[in-house]
Amino acid sequence: MEALSPTMEEGRVVEWKKQEGEPVAVGDVLAEVETDKAVMELVARAAGTMLKHVVAAGATVPVSELVAVIGEPGEAVEAGNGKKTEGRKDGKAEGPAAEPAKPEAPKAGAPAPGTQPTADRENRPTSMPPAPPAAAATETGRVKASPLARKIAAERGLDLQGVAGSGPQGRIVQRDLAALSARPAAAAAPQVPAFRPVPAGEPFADVPLSQIRKTIARRLAQSLGPVPTFYLTIEVDMERVAEAREALNAAGQGKVSFNDITIKAVALALKQHPACNAWWQDDHIRYWNEVHVSMAVAIEDGLITPVIRHADQKGLRQIAAESKDLAGRARERKLTPEEYTGGTFSVSNLGMLDIEEFTAIINPPEAGIIAIGRIAEKPVVQAGAIVPRKRMRLTMSCDHRVIDGATGAQFLQTLKGMLENPLALVW
Amino acid sequence: MPTLTYRDALNQALREEMQRDDRVFLMGEEVGVYQGAYKVSRGLLEEFGARRVVDTPITELGFAGVGVGAAMVGLRPVIEMMTFNFALLAVDQIVNSAAKMRYMSNGQVGVPMVVRGPGGAALQLGAQHSQAFESWYAHIPGLKVVMPATPADAKGLLKSAIRDDNPVIFIEGEMLYNTKGEVPEGEYTIPLGVADIKREGTDVTIVCHSKTVAVALKAAEQLAADGISAEVIDLRTIRPLDTGTVLESVARTHRCVVVEEGWHFAGVGAQVVDTIQREIFDALDAPVLRVTGAEVPMPYNKQLEKLAKADPAKVIAAVRQVLYVD
Repeated sequence: MEALSPTMEEGRVVEWKKQEGEPVAVGDVLAEVETDKAVMELVARAAGTMLKHVVAAGATVPVSELVAVIGEPGEAVEAGNGKKTEGRKDGKAEGPAAEPAKPEAPKAGAPAPGTQPTADRENRPTSMPPAPPAAAATETGRVKASPLARKIAAERGLDLQGVAGSGPQGRIVQRDLAALSARPAAAAAPQVPAFRPVPAGEPFADVPLSQIRKTIARRLAQSLGPVPTFYLTIEVDMERVAEAREALNAAGQGKVSFNDITIKAVALALKQHPACNAWWQDDHIRYWNEVHVSMAVAIEDGLITPVIRHADQKGLRQIAAESKDLAGRARERKLTPEEYTGGTFSVSNLGMLDIEEFTAIINPPEAGIIAIGRIAEKPVVQAGAIVPRKRMRLTMSCDHRVIDGATGAQFLQTLKGMLENPLALVW
Repeated sequence: MPTLTYRDALNQALREEMQRDDRVFLMGEEVGVYQGAYKVSRGLLEEFGARRVVDTPITELGFAGVGVGAAMVGLRPVIEMMTFNFALLAVDQIVNSAAKMRYMSNGQVGVPMVVRGPGGAALQLGAQHSQAFESWYAHIPGLKVVMPATPADAKGLLKSAIRDDNPVIFIEGEMLYNTKGEVPEGEYTIPLGVADIKREGTDVTIVCHSKTVAVALKAAEQLAADGISAEVIDLRTIRPLDTGTVLESVARTHRCVVVEEGWHFAGVGAQVVDTIQREIFDALDAPVLRVTGAEVPMPYNKQLEKLAKADPAKVIAAVRQVLYVD
């Protein structure tokens, strides 16, 4: 049992991924192991054949105890004795190994009886000292890379396996990684923080999935379908937005809608909460530095989502003009594909149809969508008195694989704050 | 700042140090009446007299030994070797006496001596007179090895070498004596063991010393035309080696080429490469390459001699290789 986290003292074998008799290559996943933190993959450090599961699925084993034996087909295996590992280290013959193989040991056509046991020569157990650092782990896969490339890969959580090296004999060098935005790290990936801010200048950053993110993704998808969604609703006071809009529109030069203002506010709030401005990419999450807001537009027999690009950087009038143009051409089916793809987050508005609130369906690979309800005068308690206020309900659908409850809630708080103080949109 | 030749910068350093400290004296073949085989000691006999500018017979082992003895009893000899090819005869005094005396006397007796003269090849001097021996001396604990590449460095380093309380092997170059450069007047010293970045760059570090500094600078200039920014580090002192400057640079550029005039095997560059791979392995994007003299006795034939020497084309080829551009 390998120590799969710095604090791990024991691990539970959740499931064997290599059955007895199956061939094993270095780097193969042998089993899923539940640690104190997550379910992780136990990876083969040696090649051969899975001879014996010393520990059954479901069992909990202390770190560094023997869990399985990998060797050559037909080798004799002594079951359940971790001591055997130490005895074999010096490579000399050893008493117990000479015992005849137990009947259940090698199956799948291994000619166990009558074969001379050769366990002490090649039989390598999976029981190993605690995991080496990540970079070393990838080295066992014989990736040819410069020291600098390895260091960069370790820092950025990149998997060098399969990267085409441009150096001599395919050596992976620094420049090969510059082109590589990111790939998922191998099984023994370095610990990656749940969210890393996007480096300035890059349109996005791909972040490999942490073990806990992988587990969340798998379990929630089992529960709720491929996009495990949850919903957060917040009510926003729209009095000041209404005043601002009236003043803007009175000034002429084109009308600005509540929808435009909400798009702008969403874009700015996303800029502050990049954890919500992301794409689920199956084996990693792409955190966008740019904000492109998809806007659901109803058309004759369906809907389409034209994208307001860099909405965070555009003024309200520009957003108003663009959304009007995009919506108009959407209805005429004159959008080009570039105009309705590439959004990083969506809004959908049914407020004009008097819908109080609704749940919108996420537009994959985006991780969130905001459903905008109607603006209605409602009685609100303010300073002990009931007063009529214009109120609007926003419901955010969140892909739980990317966005957690608190993350989404904090984003909505920011959004609410911006709409209730629309001067914030100017800053 | 006045422009001087390398030769005159050395002459200035010698004169200033002899004026400053009357324990300093110059000894060697033709240093007095003839004013030096390469005129480095011009005017010194006239100014300081025959007691302090001493002509010797052709006896390198002998006058090196006199120098060691003089240094042991408190003088500060500067021993001129007509070339370091001839200093082979004096190696026993340099290695077995000068380098060991402080250690073997338990620190009681030091040898503050400078052994100086040109090293390496010039033009068509043949196999016996075209050898770069700095790695031999740098190999010996107890010796310092200094190799200035410019007139200013020649002055500043020779003054520091003369003031150093240990034996210093100070290797000049026949092909350098006529090179010109600005040299600060008066008191100007450069500490031993400090390299100098002769040209700043970002893509690759070229480490060199002595005559190969000009080779590296020429290569860097041509590389710049191809958009490759090379940093050129002049070691100036071979031992003690300024590893800090080299490592800091290579950690930035991730690639390195080490150039030297001497032979490849066990050369100065091997020591530089050892340091780099040991200290900053993870910063390297390519193996460190070396450009050296060919592994042959120096040919007399002009064309073959040219082929045997490190030149800008070879440096450029190595740089392109570590940058994976070809």
